Amino acid sequence: MARIELDHIRHAYGPNPKSDADYALKEVHHTWEDGGAYALLGPSGCGKTTLLNIISGLIHPSHGQILFNGQDVTDLSTQERNIAQVFQFPVIYDTMTVYDNLAFPLRNRGVAEADVDRKVRETLEMIDLADWVNKKARGLTADQKQKISLGRGLVRSDVNAILFDEPLTVIDPHMKWILRSQLKELHRRFGFTMVYVTHDQTEALTFAQKVVVMYEGEIVQIGTPSELFERPKHTFVGYFIGSPGMNVVPVEIEGKQARFGGQTVDLPGAPDMPAAKGRMELGIRPEYVRLGREGMPVSIAKVEDIGRHKIVRTQLEGQEIAVILAEDEDVPADPHIVFDTKGINVYADSWRVAWGG
Amino acid sequence: MDKTWNNKAWFMVLPVLLLVAFSAVIPLMTVVNYSVQDTFGNNQFFWAGTEWYQEMLHSERFHTALLRNLLFSFTILAIEVPLGILIALNMPRKGWGVPVCLVLMALPLLIPWNVVGTIWQVFGRVDIGLLGRTLSQLGIHYNYVQNPLHAWITVIVMDVWHWTSLVVLLCYAGLVSIPDAFYQAAKIDGASRWAIFRYIQLPKMNRVLLIAVLLRFMDSFMIYTEPFVVTGGGPGNSTTFLSIDLVKMAVGQFDLGPAAAMSIIYFLIILALSWVFYTVMTSYDAER
Repeated sequence: MARIELDHIRHAYGPNPKSDADYALKEVHHTWEDGGAYALLGPSGCGKTTLLNIISGLIHPSHGQILFNGQDVTDLSTQERNIAQVFQFPVIYDTMTVYDNLAFPLRNRGVAEADVDRKVRETLEMIDLADWVNKKARGLTADQKQKISLGRGLVRSDVNAILFDEPLTVIDPHMKWILRSQLKELHRRFGFTMVYVTHDQTEALTFAQKVVVMYEGEIVQIGTPSELFERPKHTFVGYFIGSPGMNVVPVEIEGKQARFGGQTVDLPGAPDMPAAKGRMELGIRPEYVRLGREGMPVSIAKVEDIGRHKIVRTQLEGQEIAVILAEDEDVPADPHIVFDTKGINVYADSWRVAWGG
Repeated sequence: MDKTWNNKAWFMVLPVLLLVAFSAVIPLMTVVNYSVQDTFGNNQFFWAGTEWYQEMLHSERFHTALLRNLLFSFTILAIEVPLGILIALNMPRKGWGVPVCLVLMALPLLIPWNVVGTIWQVFGRVDIGLLGRTLSQLGIHYNYVQNPLHAWITVIVMDVWHWTSLVVLLCYAGLVSIPDAFYQAAKIDGASRWAIFRYIQLPKMNRVLLIAVLLRFMDSFMIYTEPFVVTGGGPGNSTTFLSIDLVKMAVGQFDLGPAAAMSIIYFLIILALSWVFYTVMTSYDAER
């Protein structure tokens, strides 16, 4: 297991990158702690997979260094870095048996056959495939194949980290849940450093201790699931996490108040003013908007009943504000909304502004 | 569940049935008809029964032609399949090299067979051919017209030149269908170049290789035009393959009965061998 440091990594796929737009990965400077479970979350094309392949050594970064336990591995090959990676589509050697699939990485490294046997049987136990030892790998279901891909990483007890590149994409929904809990269990028992790439927020939030949100080649926020929910650092995080995403309204700030249209909203504090320049926005999650008979008058555009609760799309001063309403509550005849102060965040040019004194 | 029977469907099949009848069944039946009768011209036919078949099966001439043809087919398979795989493995996967390689590979396949024969016939001639002249200048007494071994080498090299591309293109198609993740996983697992070939590339090429072997076997077993143009079956009978022999017998000697019997036996051999190839390779595939 290892602590992985990414030291000012930048990457461009084309030669001679000039502007920032040429970089698939703009600048990543981050440390993955030993034994941590991280999720890399972001929309397609945001650079998640590029970052993952840089860690595993399949891509050499244009700039910057990668360190494993303080040692520079930037120029080492994938094999020398001793990394395990599970891909989006299960990669198995289908002419081999399940047993041989797991033994393959060990045999390639010249491990003695007795040790191979011990490790393989241990791993098969861990991934719950002990009954399949002598089956041909080709006849297995997608989730079993994906477990074999994972197993090929686990047999090497000395792997520095296990990387997952959207590993559950092709798995049936109910198996997804089972596999995810097995992964968490493995992490709890053996403490591998795990980095898990996904575009599915539920997957990221349930799997990881720390979620790393990426957007357009940059890390925009690293935090626990609740930090991402309560205090999104960037309006993108607000939109991307949560269902529906955070409401964002352009405002003007005056001391401890925000104004938009004819409305005034009290803030929990005055934004730290030197930072609060440029385009100001107020962000509030639908969970913190109360619909009732008092507050700001709104018109109702649409009510979506999704079972557990209702999502009410309201119009306030020409802005769409989503509100979450409990299943048994009704939309009042003369609707008004109130923003819960503790759920309010203020953004300057899309980045969150801290509260000043 | 009751099945609905609708006999009208048979009418839909009728046109195809007619087409197949005229293009295959009826010609085949004429051959069967010739093979069981004897004729002395004037359209007079006498019943011969299995006489021609017995004669053919015991004929020294047929046996040697058959052996010669089997030797030829297995030789070109042994060269073309490994060579084709090797070339396919080394072809570029992206960039400008891909279309260039594909066009170069497709060229020999586009040349009509008798033209291929003529090219090599001229190419190998000792008096004016580039190959023949060069070799004799170098002091090698190459002469495919008189030396049976040289004639064989020429016919085999010609076939390799003409048909290896087919194996290459089929293998290449199999190779490019392998997702990148497989190679990346193999890197991570520390697989050697050989292990990548053995456990990733070869299994993925399995099916196309089966088709390549079948096609090449059937084609080479029926080979006629190219060796006929180059060597005419000679020197002596050394490059007289089954179909050349068959044409000699039917058109040259006008022995319609034996030639018809030979055609039928020839056809059954190809059918049987192809079936054996197919069964062996697919069962191997299923078992692994």
